[in-house]
Amino acid sequence: MGDTGQMSDYNVLIVEDSPTMRQLIAFALKRIRGVRIVEANDGVDGLKKLSSERFDLILTDINMPIMDGLKLVSLVRNDANYKSIPIVVITTEGAQEDRERALALGANDYITKPIQPTKILDVARTLLRIP
Amino acid sequence: MQKDDERLVHNRGEEFLQVFKKGAEFTQDLLKENERLRYRMLELEKCQLGGEAAPVEVKKLTERIADLEAEKQEILDRIRHVEEENQDFAARYLEIEDENNNLANLYIASYQLHSTLDFREVLQIITEIIINLIGAEEFAIMLLDEKSDELQAVATEGVERSEIPSVRLGKGVIGEVASSGESHFAADFDAYEREFDTPMVCIPLKIKEHVIGVLVIYKLLMQKKEFAPVDYELFTLLAGHAATAIFSSRLYSDSERKLSTIQGFIDLLTK
Repeated sequence: MGDTGQMSDYNVLIVEDSPTMRQLIAFALKRIRGVRIVEANDGVDGLKKLSSERFDLILTDINMPIMDGLKLVSLVRNDANYKSIPIVVITTEGAQEDRERALALGANDYITKPIQPTKILDVARTLLRIP
Repeated sequence: MQKDDERLVHNRGEEFLQVFKKGAEFTQDLLKENERLRYRMLELEKCQLGGEAAPVEVKKLTERIADLEAEKQEILDRIRHVEEENQDFAARYLEIEDENNNLANLYIASYQLHSTLDFREVLQIITEIIINLIGAEEFAIMLLDEKSDELQAVATEGVERSEIPSVRLGKGVIGEVASSGESHFAADFDAYEREFDTPMVCIPLKIKEHVIGVLVIYKLLMQKKEFAPVDYELFTLLAGHAATAIFSSRLYSDSERKLSTIQGFIDLLTK
């Protein structure tokens, strides 16, 4: 799913270990015209994908094997090449301190599960500056 | 003396002449004023004649204003009507958008459930759906052992599998759900306190009317306060599709195992 190799207006990276979740997020984002989706299984895979092409938005889970989403947010924000890419955290962690921690590390938005496609779409549109 | 008299007469004559000249000038002024007043009178008469036509014009203009006012009111009413229709369409659009999203979620959940024949993978997918789409934090998938008529946990999230007790068919809330095929929802989610025998939610996993197990939920994610209508649809979907996926993957695993045993025998016999 996702990588069609066609020209696109917006490149979006989904970092999530659950294929079901990746599919749900991708399905929601496909409402955006000209969007191209690339999927990664965890933080390390996400960084690998980031180094291979330009992205306009990253959506990441927190709890993932190998490298979690917060580590990924921190690394992206401290890398001059990627630090301007907006990041959205999508997680089951609904506590206020988890939200504050993710935002302090540099996440632009924080969405809690259960997944709401409309919410994901709204946040993505805002961060991609789509009117 | 005579000269004095002549001078006097002359002076009087001069005076009379002066008075006469002034009289003549005054008369001239009076004539001019008279002429001006007559001209003014004619103007006023003209105005008066014109003034008789004005009420007709005013009446026409008043009627035109009334027509335009009525037209304006009609347009305003139509605008209001169109605005109401727009709001109605916008609300309907949001409803359809919402339904579309829910259907997409249901479609993906269903698609994922039938994407594999690996029993463990099927259980993992059910777990992901329950966490990500329903928003449960602590739950278990229990399957019915038809030989012993007991329900046993085969997958859990947020609780240890060993914590979930086996339940006999027909016993307690879980056993009753498995035997009746009817879902159980706690009356008050806020007041619910976890008891492994009495879950917050218990959904039968059934193929047609045949129950193969149950899904028991003990706790929702902290941000999930209540179930939305789509959650009940998801439960219905899970009850059917998850049961079919579990059943077929178990059958497939069993047949694979049997096939490998038979293959072993064949190899033994042919070698």
